[in-house]
Order: sequence, then C-alpha cells, then structure tokens
Amino acid sequence: MANKHGYFSIIFMAAVFLLTGCDSTWNAPHPQADAGKKIIYSSFAERPKHLDPARSYSTDESRFIDQVYDAPLSYHYLKRPYELQPNTLTEMPRIVFTDKDGNQVPEDSEELAYSTYYFTIKPGIQYQPHPAFAKNDKGEPYYRFHSAKEARAFNDIADFEHVDTKELVAEDYLYEVRRLADPKILSPIRGLLSEYIDGMSEFSQAVLEARQQLEEEQGKDAWLDLRQIEFSGLQELGRYEYSIRLKGKYPQFKYWLAFHFFAPLPVVVDQFYHQPGLLDRNISLNWYPVGTGPFMLTKNDPNQVMILERNPNYRDDFYPSTGEEGDLEAGLLDDANKRLPLLDKAVYRLEKEAIPLWTKFMQGYYDRSGIAADSFDQAVRVGGEGITLSEEMEERGVRLEKDIVLGTYYLGFNMLDDVVGNTGTPAEKERKRKLRQAIAIAYDQQEMISIFINGRGQVGQSMLPAGIFGHEPGEAGLNKHVFTMHNGQIQRKKLEVAKQLLKEAGYPNGRDAKTGQPLVLNFDTTSGGNSAVQSWMVKQFKKLNIQLNIRATDYNRFKEKMGNGNSQLFQWGWLADYPDAENFMFLLYGPNGIVETGGSGVNSANYNNPEYNRLFSKMQLMEDSPERFQIIQQMVDIFQYDAPWASMWHPYSYILNNQWVSNTKPHGISPAVLKYYNIDPEVRQEKQQQWNQPVMWPFIVLVVIFLVVFLPGVWAWRRHQLQSIHEVK
Amino acid sequence: MFAYIVRRALYAIPILIGVNILTFALFFMVNTPDQMARVQLGDKHISEEAVEQWKQQRGYDKPLFLNTEENSQGLITDTIFYQKSFNLFLMEFGRSDAGRMIGADIQQRMWPSLALAIPTFIIGIAVNIVFALFVVMFRATAIDTAALILCVALLSISAIFYILGGQYFIAKLWHWVPISGYLPGFEAWRFLILPVAIGVVSGIGGGTRLYRTLFLEEANKDYVRTARAKGVSETKVLFKHVLPNGLIPILTSVVVVIPSLFMGSLLMESFFGIPGLGSYTLDAIQAQDFAIVRSMVFLGSVLYILGLILTDISYTLVDPRVRLS
Repeated sequence: MANKHGYFSIIFMAAVFLLTGCDSTWNAPHPQADAGKKIIYSSFAERPKHLDPARSYSTDESRFIDQVYDAPLSYHYLKRPYELQPNTLTEMPRIVFTDKDGNQVPEDSEELAYSTYYFTIKPGIQYQPHPAFAKNDKGEPYYRFHSAKEARAFNDIADFEHVDTKELVAEDYLYEVRRLADPKILSPIRGLLSEYIDGMSEFSQAVLEARQQLEEEQGKDAWLDLRQIEFSGLQELGRYEYSIRLKGKYPQFKYWLAFHFFAPLPVVVDQFYHQPGLLDRNISLNWYPVGTGPFMLTKNDPNQVMILERNPNYRDDFYPSTGEEGDLEAGLLDDANKRLPLLDKAVYRLEKEAIPLWTKFMQGYYDRSGIAADSFDQAVRVGGEGITLSEEMEERGVRLEKDIVLGTYYLGFNMLDDVVGNTGTPAEKERKRKLRQAIAIAYDQQEMISIFINGRGQVGQSMLPAGIFGHEPGEAGLNKHVFTMHNGQIQRKKLEVAKQLLKEAGYPNGRDAKTGQPLVLNFDTTSGGNSAVQSWMVKQFKKLNIQLNIRATDYNRFKEKMGNGNSQLFQWGWLADYPDAENFMFLLYGPNGIVETGGSGVNSANYNNPEYNRLFSKMQLMEDSPERFQIIQQMVDIFQYDAPWASMWHPYSYILNNQWVSNTKPHGISPAVLKYYNIDPEVRQEKQQQWNQPVMWPFIVLVVIFLVVFLPGVWAWRRHQLQSIHEVK
Repeated sequence: MFAYIVRRALYAIPILIGVNILTFALFFMVNTPDQMARVQLGDKHISEEAVEQWKQQRGYDKPLFLNTEENSQGLITDTIFYQKSFNLFLMEFGRSDAGRMIGADIQQRMWPSLALAIPTFIIGIAVNIVFALFVVMFRATAIDTAALILCVALLSISAIFYILGGQYFIAKLWHWVPISGYLPGFEAWRFLILPVAIGVVSGIGGGTRLYRTLFLEEANKDYVRTARAKGVSETKVLFKHVLPNGLIPILTSVVVVIPSLFMGSLLMESFFGIPGLGSYTLDAIQAQDFAIVRSMVFLGSVLYILGLILTDISYTLVDPRVRLS
C-alpha cells in the first residue's frame, strides 16, 4: 500500500508541475511583477567606472548619464547631417568676438582675441527628486552630517527618505565648468579645454593651492567651494544667463556644449556628496548622478543591473515633428509632438557572455540586440543587397538598423621609423613613401572585412567616414594611389603596380637591392589578438614577398612602445567625439604626435607634414563652407600621397529590434536618445508567452530514466538486505 | 587548543606578508603606476599632468619598497608597498583604482557568492556521500563497475561543457529557468537552480570516487566486520558505523574549503552572470585594478589559512583521540 501511495504522489506532483506551467513562463530573467509595464530591457557588457559628468568619457558610461544630465545643446534626433539645437537653452548661444581690449571685432579679424558665448536657460526647469535638495523646517539642508558616525545609517541613496527638487539656474552650469577645471576631478578634457577657456589654467592652479591649504587645516576629505576662486572666463549674468569666454576662436566648442561635460551641477549636490561617511559607502556623484534629464538613475548596481526611471519633474519636451527623408515612411514620426520620455523605465542588465544575451533576445526578454559573431548566420544573410535579415528574423518581425559608425580603424606606419617612416634624405623619404604605397595596394582591407567581420565595414578612402563634412563619396574622393574606378566600381590597383613601387623603393621582389636580405617588417599589437587575422596579415605582406613579424605584447607594453616610437606597423582606431572633420584630421596633425607629446597625443603614426599642419591650423578655425571643403580635400590629397596609414576602414553598426520596439534610429554621436524610444508592452508580453512555453517532455523522460535506474536499485538493495546466509554461500 | 590557534595565527603573518610581496612584485613587474593610471583614465585626451594627479591621489607617486628621501621609519613606511599592504592586515582594503570602497563592494557581493556556493557545497556533499555509500553497498558487483564508468565519464567532462550544455538544453531549448542573471531576494532561486545543479552534477564523478575509497577502507575494518557478525543490518552498518568514521578523512577535504566558499566561483559566476566575488575578481583582473586584485588575493590567503586551522580543530571534535599541541 505504501509503495502505491508513493507512486501516486510522484504522478500527482508531475501533473501539478505540468499544469501550472501551461500558461506562464518560468525563464523570465526580469521580476514577474514588471511584466506588461512600459519598460525597455537592454544589457551592458562593461561596468561603468565613472558617472560623474565631469569625469565620464566612454560610451559605456554615456549611455546612462546622458539620459540624466541635460547639456545646454543637443543633437536633433532625426535630421542628418547631424544638427545641433538648443536643449535647455531658449536659443543657440550667441557668440561675440572681441579683441584683447574687449572691443567687438568681426569673426575673421586678425585682432580677434576672445570669443564669448552667451547662454540663456529656459526658466522653470526642475531637477529630479534628490535628498541633496531636501530641506528642514528652517530651510536648511535636511541631511547634514558632521561625522561619519552620523551617516552610518545610509548605505544607499534610496535610504534617504526625504527628497526635494530645485530649479535649474545659470550658477549650476558655471559650477560644472569649474569642476571640469578642478585637478582633483581628473576630467579627461581639462587639458584640452584649458587651451581655450580663458582663465582655466590659472583657476586650476589656484584650486590646487587652495585645496592643499584646506586639507592641511581640515583634513583630506574637506569640501572646497569652487565658487570662491576667481575664474576669469566665466560670468553669471543673471538667474538664467551666463557666459563663457574662449581664447581666440574655437568653432568646435559648440559640439562640446552638447556633451555631458557641460551639464549643470548644483553646488548643494556637490556639497551633499562630500559629507563625511558617504564616500566610505560608495555614495558619491561618481555613482549617483543628479540631473534635469528625462530619466533618473534609481538603481546603480553595475555588477547586476542599472535602472533608469522617468524623472517626474522633467520639463516640457516633445518628440520631433520633422526628420529626414524616409523617416515618415519608416514610422519614425508616428509619435510626433508627444511628450517625452515615452518610456517609464529602462532596465539594463549585466551580460558579459554573448550566448545568454542572444538567447534572451530571441526569447523576447531583451528588446534590442547587436549581432555577435556567433549569432551572425542566424540573424542575417549576406547577399547582393548587402546584409539583410534572415528568414527566421523576418518571421519574428525583427527590424534591422544599419548605420555607419563615425569612426576609423587603420593600419598605420610609424613615420619616425627608419624603414617605413619619413626619415633620411629627400630621396630616401621618397623611396620609403613608395614602400608604404606598395603595401597600401597589396593590403586588401575589403578581404579582411569580408572574412573576419562578416562584411560589417567599409574600406576608407581617407580618414573621414561618410556623414562628416568634407567626406567626398565616389570617384572624386577615391584614393587614386591605391584604387582605380572600373565600370563605376572601385577596384584596388593590380599587384604588379605594388611590386613596381616596391622595386623603386629599393626592395625588388621583397629583398634589399643592396644587401640582398629579405625585407622584414614588424607589426606591433596586443597579445590575445585574433591569430587568424594575424596569419591573414602575414599573407597580405607575403604577396610582395615581405616578411611580416608579429610582435604581440600586453596592452601596456604596446602603449609604451607606441609612446617611445619603437613601433613600425600598428593598428589603431578612433571614434569621433563630434561630427566634424577636425576631429578626424587632428589624428595626423604633427604637434599631436604620440612621441612628441610623450604618449598622450592622438597622432599615433607621428605623421608630420608641414603643409598638412598649416592647412589643419587654418581649417580647424573655420565653419563649414566651400572654402573649408577645399582645404579638407587638399589635406586628404596630401595624406593619400604620403600614405602614413596603409589602410583604413569605417565600421557599420547593426542593431536588431524586436517587433514591439519603435522610434529607434541610430545616432552616431549622441547617446541621449532613450527618451525617444517607445515599446508596445502588450505585444511583448504576448510574444514572450508564445516563445517561452516550458517544454515538458524532457522532464517526463528524466523522471522515467530516474525511475528505471532507481527502482532496480531499491530492489537490489532490498534483496541485498534480505539475503540469507545460504544465498551468500 | 587556544595556544595552538594563536600560534597558527602568528605563523600566518609571515605567509601573508610573503603572499603580499609576491602579488605586489608580480603586478609591478607587469605594470608601472603610469600604465595603471593610463588604463584607468582612458585613451583620449590624457595629459601627463592628469597621470601625475591620478598617481598622487592614490598614493602611487611614492617609491615601491624603499623611500631613500625619507629618514628612519619613513624609509619603509612612506612607500607604495607599505601603505598598500599594512592596512590589509587590519582588514581595511581601501579604495579600488576606480575609486570605490573595496570593503563595501565585498560586503555587497559576498551574498550572491554564498547563495550559489553554499547550496552547491551542501547538496554536492550530500549527493556524493549518498552515491558513494550506495556504490560501497554494492562493491565488487556490476553496479559498482557501472558507477565507476559513470564517475570516470563525469570526471572527464570539462566544467564548461556542463555549463554550456545546461544552458543550451535546460534554459534555451526547454525554457525551464532563465539562462543567466540574478535577482535579489526570493526570486534568486530561479537563477541559482541551474548553476547549483550543474555544480553538483559536475562534482559527482570526483566526489563519489574519493568518498567511495574512504568508505571502502572503513568498511573493511574489524569493527565493521564485528558489527555484521552481530547481525546488524547493512543499512545500520553503513550509516551508523562506516559513515561517522569515514567522515573523518572527508573533513580534511571539506572543512578547508568552507571559508573559501566566500570567495565565489570564477567560472559559474561569470557564465551565469551572478554578481558575486568570483566575477568581482575576474573583472578586476581584466580592468587591471591592482587594488582589488591585491585585496582579493590577500583575503583568499587569509581564508585558506583559516580553513586549515578549522580543519585541525574539526579533527579534535570528531575524533577525541586527536589532540592539538
């Protein structure tokens, strides 16, 4: 009887297991209570290091804080080429040019000494609710700790019960500029801005001295009020008006004004986070941003999840009603004039492995996904029309977004190197130039893109990717030293041309004409690179009978070699800060040479052509115009002739969107786009149910296998127990 | 016993100093503070001044082992090694190179590690002991041979295969549990069930083989034969006589591991996205955050020594004949 009851129990439990699973999913990685809400689910692979707007400078970080902080300017979401627009300002900043005595001068005057930018903020903009703004009955800050002991009860920003808001004022923007100049904050753009913002270097020095004195008097963590120190380039002109004065002219400054670096930060917030005991619990501005943006970071656990929630105090901001051609047809204007943000929440989960990330996208638990190499064949197919969705994806209603990334990856020569660089007598320099040109022809970048990155890139004719003013498409922009045009198609020059150039360079058939020794070149790279790509590279050089020696070291050694000029060939890349030719062409500006600057310059090739430098100096101060375009073309010609880079390519980005996601348009520059995204949670929930029903037959099979193994075991054990002495004999 | 524990704790100090010197030397042979600063500050627009500031803020602007500019005490104490190492002995880990308090991070991340490690450990031992006893019961029979083959097969399969296989079948194809991730509180069980099951299954082969050997040795002893001769049932023989006595050698392999459970599992946490101390260490190595790696290596060493001491103590508890002196 007992055994019968046991079997009935097992069958009963299995039945319950089966039945309860019929109309729900078990594999949802998100809390069940959130199903059906207007929440977008995404992932991140690298934990952000800094969320302080003065410090953060990576896309891993910008994707979070750019939703929280409001810079004075922003980019139009839909229009291309990229267009700046006022964000928290009433209008674009007014620029006044003056001479050294403060007299107004024309923009092109030789007397021009300063450019002053005047800003007017929209009144009534409120910050997100935050404890730093909370006040007691006396109007004093609610949370003021005089010792670490008083702050002991607070381990997370959510532990502060009392929150309030405050209005955005001019002082907040100016305070952030002061923070950018504070040496303690280590803002990555302090060095660059110090060259332009009047009085920034002096301010930094004064802060350094003041802080030293303060720390001697009050201890290491004492808070320094940066407003007490004179900063000649900044002026508060009213509650909503302020100005920033630049030395000379810097047209690219407007792009920096769309970065979070120039977002506002109230003094009370800085003061709040500097209270004793908070930093010991990792409660800092670097971890809990405070802004006026559409979202606020309510959960910051980069080991697991980051959550952005709608800022209840967000200002009046509406979805654009105009875009570029095709946006209307693509449904990108369906939400025109609707109040932003369109989502209630964005949940980002840490996903380091590609397979779980892709699986969750396919299960409908992530709304958007990139395409990893492992899932490429499942996601897309490569045909005559380029890369298109696979049938499976089309059936699931997935939408593919393609865009060219505003970035350039390149195979560069160290121009200080004796073999491939621009060194020696004029005749030697010419021979080395021919050697570089020969390599540029032989090195088939398109093949590399096709084989190793599934065609996700475009061979570059210059350092400028498409979409940047100065980029010349088609035959006009062709690098005629490497390519030819044949029947409207770009073709690489024949290998014979490269071999002839090699011969003229003094290396007939890849051997030194004088010594007969084979030509050996060194490619410096970081260890852990793709060995198949490296083998492919060796073959490319082998076409010219040049031996390529791969010298792999760890990243730090590699950077050290580059900084010391001990490299010969290397690969590097650059992603644009802003959509301007200057931000690419400075990669070859002589004074930016990596050796010249002791390792900090962006000109990794150490290219230094006086004419290129002269033209760059002129071009960088100009607004986009036909004249500027011509100068850019001249610079591109010089670059193509000198060939400091053997090859370059611009990556494509591919993003897959599940069918319930709308309003997503790739923006190559600004990450502040979350407020435009929209989802249909009902469709998502329906599809999740449909795609994730538990498959129960394996469970039944496992139970059967278990019983098949277990029951004979029990039988054998019972038999063993009941064995009589005679049986043993 | 108290004197013994104190003596062992004192022995631990030179070991920990040695571990510290080794970790420190290894890291600084690979990375200079300048390189560490550049890694932390990023590639774009970084000036020499910013590098110097970074080093100064974190105390990396001092000499490594010997400060010849200082007199007497400062010669040793005003160095990177002393300042970064001494506080570790007080269990003050300081800030990571990225600026966060390591102690607070450890406190936060130890819970997911323990949530994964403790069930895996307890269930794993229980399953291995039951399997081993079952096999011992049928020693020298076809069941024993079949179990041997199964154990060797389980032993031979790589842990990554179990993980990928488990994720593919259980989570991806059959939709029984989430493929990876973690939610705090009660919902954590849905994310832990698969890694725990994989941890247990992947350990069965080795565990059962080891325990079987230990139990077999015990099962052949005179007192067991006496018990059988007195007519005690086989179940009682195994559970009342063989198991308690067989547990003594098992303790050596088990107790030493207990403190290390705290450190988490690099592999499991990484593949299943569990935000524990294992993935914390792995992230720190990848990010070249020396401060975290140094703290975790130190903590690991302390816990290992603690495990050894606990093992010795546990001997005295389970076997009254053993005395610590």
